[in-house]
Amino acid sequence: MKPEFRTCPDSGLVFHRPAENLIKANAIAATVFLAVGGLLGLLVALTRWPAVQLLNAEHFYTVLTGHGVVLLLVWILFFEIALLYFCSAVLLRCRLATPRLGWVAFGLMLGGAAMTAIAILQGGSSVMMTSYVPMPAEPHFYLGLILFAVGALIGVFMFFGTLVIAKDEKTYEGSIPLVTFGALTAAIIAVFTIACGAIILIPTFLWSIGYISEIDALMYRLIWWGLGHSSQQINVAAHVSVWYAIAAIVFGAKPMSEKVSRGAFFLYILFISIASAHHLLGDPGLSTEWKIFNTSYAMYLAVLASLVHGLTVPGSIEVAQREKGHDKGLFEWLRKAPWGNPVFSGMFLSLVGFGFIGGISGVVMGAEQINFLIHNTIYVPGHFHGTVALGTTLAFMALSLWLVPVLFRRELVWPRLAMWQPWLFGIGTALQAFFMMGAGTLGVSRRHWDMAFAGSAFEWAYPGMAYTMMALNGVSAIMAVAGGAIFVVVIVGTILFGKKKGAAEYSASKPAILTGPAESLTGHGNIGLGIKGFPAPGTFILAMFLLVIFVVYYFINYGYLASVWKFS
Amino acid sequence: MTALHPPSKKIWWNQPVDRVEIVWIGIALVWCLIMFFFMPFWHVYGEQNYSGEAYRVQPERFAEKVNEFVAEHTVRHETDRQIPVVRPPAGSDIYLLARLWDWYPILELEKGETYRLHVSSTDWQHGLSIQPININFQVLPGYEMVLQITPTETGEYAVVCNEYCGIMHHAMLSKLYVVESGRNERGPST
Repeated sequence: MKPEFRTCPDSGLVFHRPAENLIKANAIAATVFLAVGGLLGLLVALTRWPAVQLLNAEHFYTVLTGHGVVLLLVWILFFEIALLYFCSAVLLRCRLATPRLGWVAFGLMLGGAAMTAIAILQGGSSVMMTSYVPMPAEPHFYLGLILFAVGALIGVFMFFGTLVIAKDEKTYEGSIPLVTFGALTAAIIAVFTIACGAIILIPTFLWSIGYISEIDALMYRLIWWGLGHSSQQINVAAHVSVWYAIAAIVFGAKPMSEKVSRGAFFLYILFISIASAHHLLGDPGLSTEWKIFNTSYAMYLAVLASLVHGLTVPGSIEVAQREKGHDKGLFEWLRKAPWGNPVFSGMFLSLVGFGFIGGISGVVMGAEQINFLIHNTIYVPGHFHGTVALGTTLAFMALSLWLVPVLFRRELVWPRLAMWQPWLFGIGTALQAFFMMGAGTLGVSRRHWDMAFAGSAFEWAYPGMAYTMMALNGVSAIMAVAGGAIFVVVIVGTILFGKKKGAAEYSASKPAILTGPAESLTGHGNIGLGIKGFPAPGTFILAMFLLVIFVVYYFINYGYLASVWKFS
Repeated sequence: MTALHPPSKKIWWNQPVDRVEIVWIGIALVWCLIMFFFMPFWHVYGEQNYSGEAYRVQPERFAEKVNEFVAEHTVRHETDRQIPVVRPPAGSDIYLLARLWDWYPILELEKGETYRLHVSSTDWQHGLSIQPININFQVLPGYEMVLQITPTETGEYAVVCNEYCGIMHHAMLSKLYVVESGRNERGPST
């Protein structure tokens, strides 16, 4: 047997060499696309700042298309493929299934992303990420996306294969770890997502070369959103897994209850994907019953799952901190948390931002009738910068700041700069989300070059506050992009110039079987203000605070809706 | 046993769940059910809904209907481009066409009257956004959406396209007038 396994002396993780190389390659590709997409995002925000309006209309729509495709699909999926390999081969101390195929997948993803990027840069495919028919893009715009999706699908199936190998070769005892279970959830949702992408993008490609005469606009939207929305649900499952992973890495936190956390992930598998109906609430041609059932994830059961994770992730941190002695009052555990460690601060800002900004706004605007107030306004990008940028991207950044030094056997460069990274990116993005949602509430459109309607036969002026908010969005974007740039610089600097931690030593012998430690079957009754069965009272208070804001905001929106024109 | 390690087989299923989790799941579930039932509740008791009434339509056929509607009810023209302003009878069927890059025609409606508004596109997808009340719908080619609308305030409203529809998307703007009911003597047809 070739020497293929190494045990990391710092983290205790076991790396299978082919898996390690694939994780590195996918993570580097992800970081490069993050840098490109972030720069495009800055151009978008500076153009939508009315006093600046950096780009002309043509370039703006091209850049906006690129920003969406590169960040919502390419950066995230490259990182998630790396994450899937990590959660299977590394966490289970197992060899990776079919590593050569992994390079095929990587090549397809890279080639596909490049092809679509070229199509966008050529200017003939400024159709936005959604590419709604019958607005046409160049054929290679769709073809690139299809190749990219095929590559990602191969990566997902390698993850499944690796789970099978690990079980077959008994590299671990008992059940798979919770983080791997969360990754499995993400992978299952990914199969559904990519299937939807194939079902709609392949015919659309054939339409673009003239082989199919027509694609129905509503059918396109229905199936495309199975790709567009569900891909963000892969993110939710993935970044929740990352939260649990970081709670374990930084605090040694144990899940409060495996049963509850796994149950919540299972609810994602069952219900989260149907909420792609969020995007179709203002559409003709779909019944009210269909809209209500789907937009609510069947009675909000996937929202329930997120609310559960929102309690159990910080709850597990609180329990771990209290067990270490930070047991005073409601919030000593939080005050004494390592706020200067970007791995923790990034994760916690991601958690809070996803819950309070992305989560609440998403569920409220996904209510069938409230959607009429925000559909296609810039409120929508405001919301999903709260989920995808603040939630997913920041969580992935936080994990990277821990994982890259482990993976490359180098020390993190410029740690003081890295310390500020999550705060700049997190607060900048949170402010962006806030200002875009505010402007959207005042009616400002998304995907719109000029809120003053230059060149129109008519005039219309949005309130001055809307202009102010779009300007503040531009300022916030500069802050967020600064945080993103620090991330890229620190990661690239670490890989190239980080102080080496000694050569990796690979061994030919199989790693020891991964075992779960001896169990305690008790609850956590000994901690937490002495309230029996409430080991995480501080987290419970925070969760109730979130719920109160949620309820108030929900009814404020219905209250405003009741004041406008009547329609039915 | 952190989240990075396997729990021992099956035993994790038997671990007692802390009361804090059970209480939270209960509260959260109640809120989820309230939100779910509030949507059908609003269909019954709320006055801002979309019934889902829609028809498949050939774009040419829809354009014909719009042209008939405009020919019958135009009261004046606006702007250099002579865009017709249409004042349909209260309570009638009214038409609005979205196309690259304008809305056709301009509607003049009476406050407090209920109209059946038919909307469709003859080319790409558009977004119907009425400002400043900020009510928004998707407009699809091939689908004729029928909305019963009742303007509740008089004034001059903007009709904005808020679905990206190409290079002049940002200029796709029109007006909609709501006037007092009863003052409905027709202006001279031009």
